[in-house]
Amino acid sequence: MKKDIILAGVGGQGILTIATIIGDAATHAGLNLKQAEVHGMSQRGGDVQSNLRLSTDLIHSDLIKQGAADLIISMEPMEALRYLPFLNNEGWVVTSSHPFKNIPNYPDEEALTTELNALPHVASLPIEDVAKENNLPKSANVVLLGMAAKYIDILTPEQLRESIARVFAAKGEKIVEANQQAFDLGLAAVKQTNPTI
Amino acid sequence: MIERKLLLGDEAIALGAIHAGISGVYAYPGTPSTEITEYIQAHAPEVRSRWCTNEKTAMEAALGMAYAGKRSLVCMKHVGMNVAADAFVNSAITGVNGGLVVLAADDPSMHSSQNEQDSRFYGKFAMIPVLEPSTQQEAYDMMPYAYALSEETKLPVLMRVVTRLAHSRAGVTVREPRPQNSLCPETDRTHWVLLPANARRQYASLVGKQDSLLASSEASPYNHNKSDIRNQTSPLGIIACGIAYNYVMENNPAALGMPVLKVSQYPLPEAAIKALATQCEALLIAEDGQPLVEEQVKSLLGAGYPLKGRLTGDLPRMGELTPDCVGKALGVTIEQPYVQVQNVMPRPPALCQGCGHRDVYDALNKVAAEYEGARIFGDIGCYTLGALPPFRAIDSCVDMGASITMAKGAADAGLFPAIAVIGDSTFTHSGMTGLLDAINDGSNITVIISDNLTTAMTGGQDSAGTNKFEAICLGLGLAPEHVRVVVPLPKNMEEITRIIREEIEYKGVSVIIPRRECMQTLQRKLRNKKK
Repeated sequence: MKKDIILAGVGGQGILTIATIIGDAATHAGLNLKQAEVHGMSQRGGDVQSNLRLSTDLIHSDLIKQGAADLIISMEPMEALRYLPFLNNEGWVVTSSHPFKNIPNYPDEEALTTELNALPHVASLPIEDVAKENNLPKSANVVLLGMAAKYIDILTPEQLRESIARVFAAKGEKIVEANQQAFDLGLAAVKQTNPTI
Repeated sequence: MIERKLLLGDEAIALGAIHAGISGVYAYPGTPSTEITEYIQAHAPEVRSRWCTNEKTAMEAALGMAYAGKRSLVCMKHVGMNVAADAFVNSAITGVNGGLVVLAADDPSMHSSQNEQDSRFYGKFAMIPVLEPSTQQEAYDMMPYAYALSEETKLPVLMRVVTRLAHSRAGVTVREPRPQNSLCPETDRTHWVLLPANARRQYASLVGKQDSLLASSEASPYNHNKSDIRNQTSPLGIIACGIAYNYVMENNPAALGMPVLKVSQYPLPEAAIKALATQCEALLIAEDGQPLVEEQVKSLLGAGYPLKGRLTGDLPRMGELTPDCVGKALGVTIEQPYVQVQNVMPRPPALCQGCGHRDVYDALNKVAAEYEGARIFGDIGCYTLGALPPFRAIDSCVDMGASITMAKGAADAGLFPAIAVIGDSTFTHSGMTGLLDAINDGSNITVIISDNLTTAMTGGQDSAGTNKFEAICLGLGLAPEHVRVVVPLPKNMEEITRIIREEIEYKGVSVIIPRRECMQTLQRKLRNKKK
């Protein structure tokens, strides 16, 4: 069994934290893992992505092949679309619906939303709003991870929750609780919007 | 004790070096090599690890440690090899006493670089062993191997990695550390004093070692053909170098009936290549970077033997390899259900909000607009992003320090005003010597040292000249009235533009130092304070 995931966003949105949590959970579960990150110039507000590969078998390539990703997790809707050529037929897109506009030629929002929602397997949510409403403004990325948990089915949500505790342990109990709460909000939101799945 | 850790390629190299018993790491930050030194700084207080001013000083310090009998590591990005080249090439002539590993991190596709030069050429040029790991585990395992090889051959060893390995994580099994070497300085002076008579003897010794380096490659555990079908004939065989091995294996060559020779140690294992060629009708050479192996194999097998690779167009001539382009070269087709994507625009990186470089470019653009012939020579760092909208402020960016020297040359040609913009860390890396040239020649240039008190582009490492810039400029001979310091903030715009105008009008060298801390390091400090 394998799970090839593309994490996407804009530099500074916290996709590497999501990668760290999934990576920690996978390591504890004894899975093989490869995770290619972007460091350097692009981190200054440019588009960033990370290829995260989990498998029970040996993984060769650090990069995912085109048309082979099982899941795109994106902090930003346009960035989710950018990596569609990597998605496989049954693959899911889990994304924030809130655009991050730091370029003058950002596409028309309505057209963007229409294109995104026309995909057969998509879950989107204004995660920044959800995080703010619940007084967790810094944990929007973990809300997104919660939304994606169901589709990262090589790991259980409980394994991811435990990993959040380990990853944030150094920052204190309050931060751990806040992030676990954010994770649960994302998890519940997907159940509500897609009750049939 | 055997332990498994999740490590970046860079971290695996760092831990491998620590466990190989290094006593020092010398480096200047440069993507994608920076995290090696950072990891050693954070995890091995017993290892000397202060950032160096540039790659040449780093290479020489590492050689000095090896002279003293201890193991040392020097790390740099590929273009840093150009800066260190004088010391690097001559270190192969002197040879080493304690083990010395030179780590070059190449950047195919130029994710964060000005070119995609392939450091393996430097290894061939210097005639020393080159190692090229495929995986994080290999990167870790190769460090003790590299130090043993270095001490056995008495030569420095070059390890070459690429961005995709440096910045990718995987599980790594780590082993017991080895103690550091004790102090045991070289006693033979003739190896180290490269007067022509000694140098000729040393070079002859280096040439004489080449056969044993080849034998080492032929026997290397990192060069192998493990395919089950290695004894059958096949229409196509594959030579897979370094990380390209992963992309080949991802496409399941065994199922395609293609034997694979993995190459991770150079000089090329010629006997193994000839054996593969005999068994196959053609060979594909998969290597990330430039077609170094392809060219060598062509001369090894003769022009009549059919080869496929970057030179023949079967793989792209430039850019990093991917599992897709390697698959295509092997005849593997892919299914892509979602190819038509419409509402996506490029999102280039930009200077941070509140960054002092922004105010510097606002001021420069204002003043430069008043002079028809104005040219602004840029340099390497975050502030290179001033080339992009909305600023479009710089006219050049070539190599570390070139802003000052190119402004000098252009001014010599009669260009006015010739303005250089250089960051604090880049100035101490390679700008100071050029400034001395300009001062000695009385060149009519205006130099902006945009000082954010850190090496920002690579993540905020210490900058060698912090708190010393005025003293450096005065020491190089600048007139005190033409060393001006300003605080780059919108509210000071009038003062900054006035000072730039005054110094442009001064017919000689002047330096303006806009100084304000990097927003990233400032925010990090505030966060740490809060804790």
